[in-house]
Amino acid sequence: MAAYLVRRFGLMLLTLFGISVIIFLMLRVAPGNIADVLFDAAGFVDPAQKASLERDLGLDQPLVVQYASWIEALARGDLGHSYVTDRPAAAEILPRIPITATLAGLALSFAVLIGVPLGVLSAVRQNSLLDYVVRVVSLSGLSVPQFWLGLLVMMGFVAWFGTIPIFSAAQQDLAGTVTMYAVPAAIVGIPNSAFLMRLTRSSMLEVLRQDYIRTARAKGASESTVNFQHALRNAVLPLVTIIGLQAAILMGGLVVIETVFNIPGVARFLIDAVLWRDYPIVQNLVMYIAVIVVTTNFLVDMLYAALDPRIKYSD
Amino acid sequence: MHHRLRTLAPILAALLIPFVCHTAAAQKPGGVLKAYNPDSPGGMSIMEEATVVAAGPMMGVFNNLIMFDQHVPQNSLRSIVPDLATQWSWNGDGTALTFTLRQGVKFHDGKPFTSRDVKCSMDLQMGTGPEKLRLNPRQSSWYNIAAVTTNGDWEVTFQLKSPQPAFPMFLAGAFAAIYPCHVPPTQMRQHPIGTGPFKFVEYRMNESIKLTRNLDYWKPGRPYLDGIEYTIIKDTSTATLGFISGKFDMTFPYLLTIPSFNDIKSQVPNAICELDSGEGINRHLLVNYHKPPFDNPQLRRAMALSIDRQAFIDTIAQGQGEIGGVLQPPPGGLWGMPADEMKLLPGYGPAVDKNRAEGRQLMQQAGYGPGKTLDIKVTTRNLQGYRDAAVLLIDQLKHVYINATLDLAETPQYFPKILRKDFAVALNLQTSGPDPDPVLKLFYGCGSSLNWDGYCSPEVDKLIDEQSHEADPGRRKTLLWQIERKLAEDSARPIIFYPRGGTCRQPYVKGWAAMANSLFSGWRLEDVWLDK
Repeated sequence: MAAYLVRRFGLMLLTLFGISVIIFLMLRVAPGNIADVLFDAAGFVDPAQKASLERDLGLDQPLVVQYASWIEALARGDLGHSYVTDRPAAAEILPRIPITATLAGLALSFAVLIGVPLGVLSAVRQNSLLDYVVRVVSLSGLSVPQFWLGLLVMMGFVAWFGTIPIFSAAQQDLAGTVTMYAVPAAIVGIPNSAFLMRLTRSSMLEVLRQDYIRTARAKGASESTVNFQHALRNAVLPLVTIIGLQAAILMGGLVVIETVFNIPGVARFLIDAVLWRDYPIVQNLVMYIAVIVVTTNFLVDMLYAALDPRIKYSD
Repeated sequence: MHHRLRTLAPILAALLIPFVCHTAAAQKPGGVLKAYNPDSPGGMSIMEEATVVAAGPMMGVFNNLIMFDQHVPQNSLRSIVPDLATQWSWNGDGTALTFTLRQGVKFHDGKPFTSRDVKCSMDLQMGTGPEKLRLNPRQSSWYNIAAVTTNGDWEVTFQLKSPQPAFPMFLAGAFAAIYPCHVPPTQMRQHPIGTGPFKFVEYRMNESIKLTRNLDYWKPGRPYLDGIEYTIIKDTSTATLGFISGKFDMTFPYLLTIPSFNDIKSQVPNAICELDSGEGINRHLLVNYHKPPFDNPQLRRAMALSIDRQAFIDTIAQGQGEIGGVLQPPPGGLWGMPADEMKLLPGYGPAVDKNRAEGRQLMQQAGYGPGKTLDIKVTTRNLQGYRDAAVLLIDQLKHVYINATLDLAETPQYFPKILRKDFAVALNLQTSGPDPDPVLKLFYGCGSSLNWDGYCSPEVDKLIDEQSHEADPGRRKTLLWQIERKLAEDSARPIIFYPRGGTCRQPYVKGWAAMANSLFSGWRLEDVWLDK
């Protein structure tokens, strides 16, 4: 097991190294840099000013030198400074992480708490009216675009409650904070719950047809024991993979909802940083998301072993 | 009866005076103005920023030497009032402008303001001082300054290379802010220090810009507001809904589109909503003179003749816009031609079919026709204000055998592409003032920095200089109209239209006035108060 963990850790580092090279090169291949963006806003380019700015930011250095200085600083925990605001990149990035993490966590909770029970119900009552209703609702949930649903919900809030559930950095009461996060989280959670519901249903149906389920029933086990103790425990393995992936994707994939609800989270910030060609922000933020994805995958793999005793990671 | 009224008039006036005074003194201090800002600027240094999303919120942090009266919508030499300068005067030949400075003014960090700060600020803007701005978008505007000299702590003189009667117009605009000598430009980007009515508190990208009242402001009783908070909201629908729900006291001035404007008016009937006069920002056609076949003037003229300006106004601005030239048309613009005169310019008349027939003829002479169309790309920025107009332009160019496709450039690519002359035809935006000097020189002068299409006419250059030196407004207008006609005849950047933008505010927001001919000059907000 120890050797497996070491090997796995080594692979994680290799993956992160690959991602760092890819993101570094992709940013440089994309046309334009911060100097172009700044001069674009002004409508002119002064070659001397542009060259001076590029020199100040080290953009005139060879790519290898630029990459090495980024990695060397990263290893020291120095994320550099934002090209746009001049503030330390850490000061720009870190306050946004809890906001997105809260939103992603809530959205995932919505998805799991709604999607998994409904999926189980739909599977054990296959082809019943309940099954049909749940399937139609889940299909609708998957088909509705988030930006449209978000705007619709906001219009409803304005029309019925005379308020708008957009983000505010100001101190709020508990109800205000819950509304501020819960509404966008629900909107993200609904399509995800629909997806989880369909996955749970199909996985459960497959398991429920297995011989050991028939054996459990023949031995006189109750329906709830059969469904939850025997079936769901085995059906949950693919779900764990998907939930793990969703958790990782949500950390960087909430752009639409962050824009509609004006949430100053990581995802929208990353998009803006890309548009500004703010390399220190983009590089470090992508690396942060990559670490989350790689770590989550690792944890999911570890969870497999805990959930299914047949899985063992040997040396 | 008349005699009796005349006798009673002074008595009535005496009785009314206390009421009038009471009204004037009724402004209530306190409260934080909440507005939204449609974008996250790169920094907070007003000198380095070119867009209104930074310049607007920061205008209240600074003072200028002189400024446009915040309650007179049309910016002009007559609407200029003292700010950090108490008085000013020209020398005999109009080449030196001397300001007497206000004493006892302090920067937000407590340091005193003196003439040295004026000199430092101008050195920064002109790029002549030891400290440099990271980006200096308006450096070329100060081309006519020979030197800025101080005479003691409270007097400063601007020495000009040649007479320029409109020069005070530049000093009254938002960008001519006075920076403190003792604060480096890098810090001004992050935490600007000024002498203005509001102190900068914090800027968080994608979140907010916060200002608080300057308790030591030199103008007694101002500002009325305790602070201003701009929440940054990029999504137009969210921002509009925020105003409708009452979360914001005011929309971002001048930038409401007509559909959003109408939406707000229908949902918040008591909101005070105004449409401006175009703010002097026009949509125009930019043609690369260096790229064949566009080096052929006949072909450029044919393109200009294909434009149906009223269709642009009706389709894109839902009828809310004005046809104008390089000079913003009246009533908003100071110098533009009235509609009757505009109609006489080539391509500007209402007989669109006739214009297009003439355009087709010119194209046929250049070798094109129904069987042989000219295939081009229309480059524009991938933003709604540009994109919509470009799509309509493409449709109209078809009337003169030009088959165009849309070439969208993202913001970081757009101007670099234009500056590299890597375009044939572009749909672009440009300002007209509030004063045409130095806009004309920068956009149309031979070889100047913003002359993106490469237009060059010695005759126009001479007229531009002449109007710049001319002190008599009547004679200056004649010269400006000559330039306008010549540019239209040469099809130099045919101006398509000036769309209007809207502003809405809650009924309790008082003391704010929309400017008619500048997007940038009405943001001091020291007289704004909340009647809550």
